[in-house]
Amino acid sequence: MEAAGDFRSGTMSTKLLQRCIHPLDYKRNTGEKNLKKFVMIRADLLQEPGNLAGVRHIILVLSGKGGVGKSTISTELALALRHAGKKVQGKAVHQCDSGWVPVFVDQEQSISLMSVGFLLEKPDEAVVWRGPKKNALIKQFVSDVAWGQLDYLVVDTPPGTSDEHMAVVDTLRPYSPLGALVVTTPQAVSVGDVRRELTFCKKVGLRVIGVVENMSGFVCPHCAECTNVFSRGGGEELARHAGVPFLGSVPLDPELTRSLEEGRDFIQGFPESPAFPALSCIAQKILNEAPVGLS
Amino acid sequence: MEEVPHDCPGVGSAQAGRGASCQGCPNQGLCASGAGAAPDPAIEEIKEKMKTVKHKILVLSGKGGVGKSTFSAHLAHGLAEDENTQVALLDIDICGPSIPKIMGLEGEQVHQSGSGWSPVFLEDNLGVMSVGFLLSSPDDAVIWRGPKKNGMIKQFLRDVDWGEVDYLIVDTPPGTSDEHLSAVQYLAAAHIDGAVIITTPQEVSLQDVRKEISFCHKVKLPIIGVVENMSGFICPKCQKETQIFPPTTGGAEVMCHDLKIPLLGKVPLDPRIGKSCDKGQSFLVEAPDSPATLAYRSIIQRIQEFCSLRQPKGENLVGS
Repeated sequence: MEAAGDFRSGTMSTKLLQRCIHPLDYKRNTGEKNLKKFVMIRADLLQEPGNLAGVRHIILVLSGKGGVGKSTISTELALALRHAGKKVQGKAVHQCDSGWVPVFVDQEQSISLMSVGFLLEKPDEAVVWRGPKKNALIKQFVSDVAWGQLDYLVVDTPPGTSDEHMAVVDTLRPYSPLGALVVTTPQAVSVGDVRRELTFCKKVGLRVIGVVENMSGFVCPHCAECTNVFSRGGGEELARHAGVPFLGSVPLDPELTRSLEEGRDFIQGFPESPAFPALSCIAQKILNEAPVGLS
Repeated sequence: MEEVPHDCPGVGSAQAGRGASCQGCPNQGLCASGAGAAPDPAIEEIKEKMKTVKHKILVLSGKGGVGKSTFSAHLAHGLAEDENTQVALLDIDICGPSIPKIMGLEGEQVHQSGSGWSPVFLEDNLGVMSVGFLLSSPDDAVIWRGPKKNGMIKQFLRDVDWGEVDYLIVDTPPGTSDEHLSAVQYLAAAHIDGAVIITTPQEVSLQDVRKEISFCHKVKLPIIGVVENMSGFICPKCQKETQIFPPTTGGAEVMCHDLKIPLLGKVPLDPRIGKSCDKGQSFLVEAPDSPATLAYRSIIQRIQEFCSLRQPKGENLVGS
């Protein structure tokens, strides 16, 4: 297992948090004095075994299928929870001399990120690791990071039911995660993979908060006709079949994708997106499940 | 397959069998003696098996959900339209095996004979293999760590009786991990013609695809080219084009130009593709006049041309 000192604090540019692959400009966003604050918290936490003790609720975002929008939904959920006034963290990584410090997205420090993307020297560098090495990193993310006080920790996962998923469930089990949000697209090919993910959740004893159907319809910006680009109805059907709640359908919004990729201030622009009502509703359902006081 | 300890340093590493985490592992003695670092005998066995396979193509993408399985399936359909071409489609996505559904072969079983496992034949000249055929229920989850998945891939390559095959297409899961390393390692001696890399136009996909291209360079896998999928959507009502996945950094075209890799083609988003895949039908047959079908056919032709330039096994043809 590599020591924390092996990872370099990469150069950063302000880009997008959606996949946390381009690290954000930490200094520009938060200023030097905040760096010190986290160094102090980190040193403090070094003595404590339960680094996630300050986190109220942990939500895993899963899907058997790739490309359904787990990372997008994780981001959008974090934004929606933040809009409801909560303090959120997605999983991405930044390192300073004393340990691993999350990267903040906004001035108010209400959303921060950790990701292996921050550990890469170049964004095109491939991480060609087999399972055991990936597991070790995931454990480090949990144990070596200055999490601090959080209302929600949203964990974005890769597709499948393999090493990363087993590692993250095992490592987070002592902290009683709230549960898993399972994402699918409407078509049968996705649902076919995602039902296996639901079996995985059952087998490892991970509660399913509900199913989210993403990419559910596209409204043509020219004529407002809604086309079901990736079929329809699969998510709701899957939820019914598996006996878990259906949390809602989120439509395709190219403008949201574009603004995230171009690094625009999506936190402001987000409420105008057609995806916003669906996502707020999903966030609200999660808040109802696990209410926290004002942060 | 034995499960390895969580902190296994890897059978090939200098620490193999000697690390603290190796205590209690059943393979500790083997690793410590250096046997783990010796080449796997299966590689030679697979090389022998692959002598009857003329061309091997890997379909890769760093990113999930870009259309690898859809493309692999339609590449297979397209090549198999010529009755004289023998095509084999191998699905090495162990956790999310989509190929049986897309090919309309859900529920089929694999049979074992004296010469090995029989692939499931869709047509006389199109055979398919996937872990999906080994599962008894569509709800069964394959919750395996890397080593077990590698074992399965080894079996697929070594124990399946493909017979005389012109094209073996290997559909992979997203990423650059166990399955990809295993496929490349096991086929190392058998010579892979090249990889077709699938992406969608947006930067989020291209970032992952660049990593995949990096991976290909690292393992010396030739790249046939890149396919940009879901490239533009034509509204069925007003016929105007919208980019659902906007190419904020120029899409695959700019990436290919920068990395000096051929762009094989751009396939637009046609809602009928998803429907065909769900029904297990060939989109090329269901919607022959779709711009997406034309794009697919052109790409398939370019792949065939690339493969024909490579020296087929056992013949002394000089490639141009």
